[in-house]
Amino acid sequence: MKIRINFPTDILVNPIIAEIILETGALLNISQAQIDSIHGKIIADVPEDQFNAIKNALTSRGATVNVLDRPIIRDEDECVDCGACVSVCPVKVFSFGEDWSVNMDVEKCIQCGICLAMCPHGALVLGR
Amino acid sequence: MVEKTIHEINNRIKDGSVRVVTAEEMVDIVTELGAEGAAKEVDVVTTGTFGAMCSSGVWLNFGHSEPPIKMQKVWLNDVEAYTGVAAVDAFIGATQLSESSGMEYGGAHVIEDLIRGKSIDLHATSNGSDCYPRKVLDTTITINDLNQAIMLNPRNAYQKYNAATNSSESILHTYMGTLLPNYGNVTYSAAGVLSPLYNDPTYETIGTGTRIFLGGAQGYVIGEGTQHDPISNFGTLMIKGDLKKMNPDYVRAATFEGYGTSLYLGIGIPIPILNEKIALSTAITDADIVTDILDYAVPSRDRPAVKQVTYEELKSGSIEIDGKEVPTSPLSSFKIARKIAGELKDWIKKGEFFVNAPAERLPTDTVCKPMKQTRETPLVGDIMSTDVLTIGPDSNLCAAARKIMESSFNHLPVVSKNNLLVGIVTAWDISKAVAKDKFDMLEEIMTRKVITATPDEAIDIAARRLDQNRVSALPVVDKKKHVIGIITSDDISKLLARRY
Repeated sequence: MKIRINFPTDILVNPIIAEIILETGALLNISQAQIDSIHGKIIADVPEDQFNAIKNALTSRGATVNVLDRPIIRDEDECVDCGACVSVCPVKVFSFGEDWSVNMDVEKCIQCGICLAMCPHGALVLGR
Repeated sequence: MVEKTIHEINNRIKDGSVRVVTAEEMVDIVTELGAEGAAKEVDVVTTGTFGAMCSSGVWLNFGHSEPPIKMQKVWLNDVEAYTGVAAVDAFIGATQLSESSGMEYGGAHVIEDLIRGKSIDLHATSNGSDCYPRKVLDTTITINDLNQAIMLNPRNAYQKYNAATNSSESILHTYMGTLLPNYGNVTYSAAGVLSPLYNDPTYETIGTGTRIFLGGAQGYVIGEGTQHDPISNFGTLMIKGDLKKMNPDYVRAATFEGYGTSLYLGIGIPIPILNEKIALSTAITDADIVTDILDYAVPSRDRPAVKQVTYEELKSGSIEIDGKEVPTSPLSSFKIARKIAGELKDWIKKGEFFVNAPAERLPTDTVCKPMKQTRETPLVGDIMSTDVLTIGPDSNLCAAARKIMESSFNHLPVVSKNNLLVGIVTAWDISKAVAKDKFDMLEEIMTRKVITATPDEAIDIAARRLDQNRVSALPVVDKKKHVIGIITSDDISKLLARRY
């Protein structure tokens, strides 16, 4: 399952990911990481049965954990298959089919939301 | 030599023997049969495009109220329409924004809502006169209540358009969509192989009076569009059609984040194949159409081209810039462009649509000039202060505080030994450090990512940067990053106060 981990400024310098991997033995697979001087964000895949252990290990060190289980939803009536979304998605959720329809692979979605603003027709929303 | 007449083609449409293909299908036919063979075999080639066409709008006639009003201002769902003509005519433009909802809703949405038969709130005001005594009017209308709803678009169906990218370090929101930093993506528009004007680049058959597919109904080309620039292959069309007959599948309101509203419009133009020269033109492929990728990070009408590409490369999904693979996105729908070319083909085959010769050819020699500006745009270099004091990174807080007291600015650029800008401290940074009892070197407390201006930039550009970054001063640097001055929001306000 996909999770998003946020690190506030004061714990950024700590080797938290290394610590929690050693502690839980989980195969945490990082798919995206953004870290600057004030904030850190990591998107990762984790085994479902180890989620609770990972979450506890992270939150006890001051990080916050969100499960990414609300992938993007498309309003088929609004979508015109232009493909504006294709190039802004960091994880390639959108692609063109043979007939130039825009296909979606929502499994990949990390809920960053950039496609919502890009879509000229307001056809994309994050699920609830 | 193949020579056909419009009359012969229309007779074939009438008796059902007409041979119609789309511009996409024509490519293989010309490859296989040659131009002469294709001209014999095919009577009409259909084109199609479906993309954002901002220069679109609709003339509406509301009928007279009792007592009558000569509208001087009118709003439809809070979007202002232009009514500087006789009493109850108004032009609703696609990009005009709602006064209450901003970019969420605009003229394009009013147009789509009209076609969908939705009710629209109308508010109008007037000074009143002996012949038109009414001063205020509020009513609710639908498209059926209007005498006319005539779409009249000053500039549609660009022959081709440039592609867009962004070399800067921040995200840009443009009419070409969201452009990610550091050449993060490329966006492009237009239908390439199906582009109406690219299939008739010398305007042999498309001209004033040409009957076309417009928004799902029959419409007409009025003539060349505004900014028609055939010399650079940027031809445009002025177009009209009856909104009451249009289909909302082909007329769709859109919002570009941070830019505003636009109208996605479906246009399809038939090209009668009168001879082999016309047949050859319609065999154009995506690989034949070249366009520039412009850098939208440069806030100028002359944006530099990063690279030249073909539509085939753009449509492949990625292109290379500086050795990096950059994903591409169309903003127009090729799927719907194809559907339009297909639908127009069906109309012609079924005898519901006839081709015609233009009453007048489109100009082939005009250019699109830039604006004549009689007042010089002031530059940062004209109003910046040059008596800016700077300080070294290894100075302490007290030295910085003294410098700020000596100078007339709250901002103190920090420069290295060779006078390169490395940071900035403000009076606020110093107060904050003092409040925390932190008397470190400046290096510890300065902001390293300094937002700067250059002397040759227009004031408006610097003002927007101040605004976007929520800062009140920009050090002005030369090409070598040496600090040569400073420009503050105060300088700009004073200048604007003089200007207006």
